[in-house]
Amino acid sequence: MKPYLAIFSSHFRALLQYRAAALAGVGTQLFFGIVRLMIFDAFYRSSTIVQPMTLDEVTTYIWLSQAFLLLTMLNPDAEVSAMIRTGNVAYEMTRPLDLYTLWFTRGFSGRAGPILLRSIPIFVIAGLFLGLRMPASVSAMLIFIVSLCGAFLVASSIVALLTISMLWTISGEGIARMAPAAIFFFSGMVIPLPLFPDWMQGLLALLPMRALIDTPLRIYLGHLTGADAFAAIAHQYFWVVAFITAGRAVLAVGVRKLVVQGG
Amino acid sequence: MNMPRLYCRYVGISLRGQMQYRLSFVMHATGHFLITALEFLAFAAVFQRFGHINGWTLPQMALFYGIISVAFAATEAVARGFDVFNRLIKAGDFDRVLVRPRPAAFQVLSQEFQLMRIGRFAQGVIVLAWASSRLNIDWSVSSVLLLLAAIAGGICLFAGLFVVQAALCFWTTESIEILNCTTYGGVETAQFPLSIYRPWFRMFFTFVIPLATINYLPIHALLNIDDVLGSTRLIQWLSPLAGVVFLWVCLRFWSFGIRHYTSTGS
Repeated sequence: MKPYLAIFSSHFRALLQYRAAALAGVGTQLFFGIVRLMIFDAFYRSSTIVQPMTLDEVTTYIWLSQAFLLLTMLNPDAEVSAMIRTGNVAYEMTRPLDLYTLWFTRGFSGRAGPILLRSIPIFVIAGLFLGLRMPASVSAMLIFIVSLCGAFLVASSIVALLTISMLWTISGEGIARMAPAAIFFFSGMVIPLPLFPDWMQGLLALLPMRALIDTPLRIYLGHLTGADAFAAIAHQYFWVVAFITAGRAVLAVGVRKLVVQGG
Repeated sequence: MNMPRLYCRYVGISLRGQMQYRLSFVMHATGHFLITALEFLAFAAVFQRFGHINGWTLPQMALFYGIISVAFAATEAVARGFDVFNRLIKAGDFDRVLVRPRPAAFQVLSQEFQLMRIGRFAQGVIVLAWASSRLNIDWSVSSVLLLLAAIAGGICLFAGLFVVQAALCFWTTESIEILNCTTYGGVETAQFPLSIYRPWFRMFFTFVIPLATINYLPIHALLNIDDVLGSTRLIQWLSPLAGVVFLWVCLRFWSFGIRHYTSTGS
């Protein structure tokens, strides 16, 4: 466990150094949030039909999704991809560590720092001035934290899988290019999932993407409580296990066929 | 060699380079296509729930979306050199540009033609075609010209923003990420009619960055409807020219900035 913790803390601290980038990110995300807000405000003023979410809920949903945007920006780990291209991945394999856990930890720690850096200012600014509400209740807050951890784990296990797929450079890149579109759309980043047509809801609930954004956010809002919240978190952890199992299996195949060229 | 021919030569080299990685190109382009196509479908889903936004229907919004998408994709393909200009500055390679006997802006422009943006471009064209099939637009020669002028004006405007972003690197070396609010944020904004936004925001994207002139104003003339914000038909027809003027101003800023350039020496 210790070496992984060391990797985590060094990555985490290294990424905390990029404060200027985080600041710019916060500015950009506030801007996008405000645009989205005005669009939904106009939609809600245009129609008297009762919607699955109130404008207040959509507002909070938008700010939280902006705060946790990086949970949906899932790309293969850049360092490992470079190692695979240069052949330095051989060194990575000689370490007395479990390769999967190593890469998973890299993905996890690469995300935790920047998300923390960006989400806190967005929380404060949007909470004070831009209509972000407090969690529905204390219990909603606590379950929200559990599901946020779940979202982090889903994100990291997807990143690990994407990273491993880079062992097949060409098709790996293909998967890495297509994945963001689906993740953005089905996670609730583009529009809150409850606003999708009713016939899509069943499919949206099954897919793993909602575990990244929609599940924690709806728990925060108090949309999912009790057994529903429990089922949603079970769905998250089911996908964590599924992605880790798939990742390990694919990695085992990848390592067996890997040919590192000298030089 | 004259500049248009030299430009074609440069673009040819860039395209051939990209075609060496054909599969990678196909995947990038498909990725861009998918991400924007899904985004449009998501908005379509919202329209299905709400019916309209301040009286604007989905096909009308598609017209806004299509124009801005096509214009921005084209700009990203053409003006890529300005977009990644900070790399040139950081590596000190801009010194080489300065000693060549052609304008610096021309050389940066012709550095790269990013063909993979065709994914977003194609998506924009499809959305435009769908919008036009659903709307009652009289496609006379003049309205086709207005549509093309609007897209061209949009390309000029976004190119201008890229030029400003690049020119600021003369002072800062780093590219200033917050300016993405005006480019990517501008695209996001102009996907919907500007009249739905708050006045201060509208003013900014009309008079500071004339985003309204790309699609909001010309679309009123195309659809033959009256503007709630009170613009006249004459302004609507002339509005695409604003993009050209904007680009000119941005290029003046670029020339001003170049005089402040000091090499990083690396």
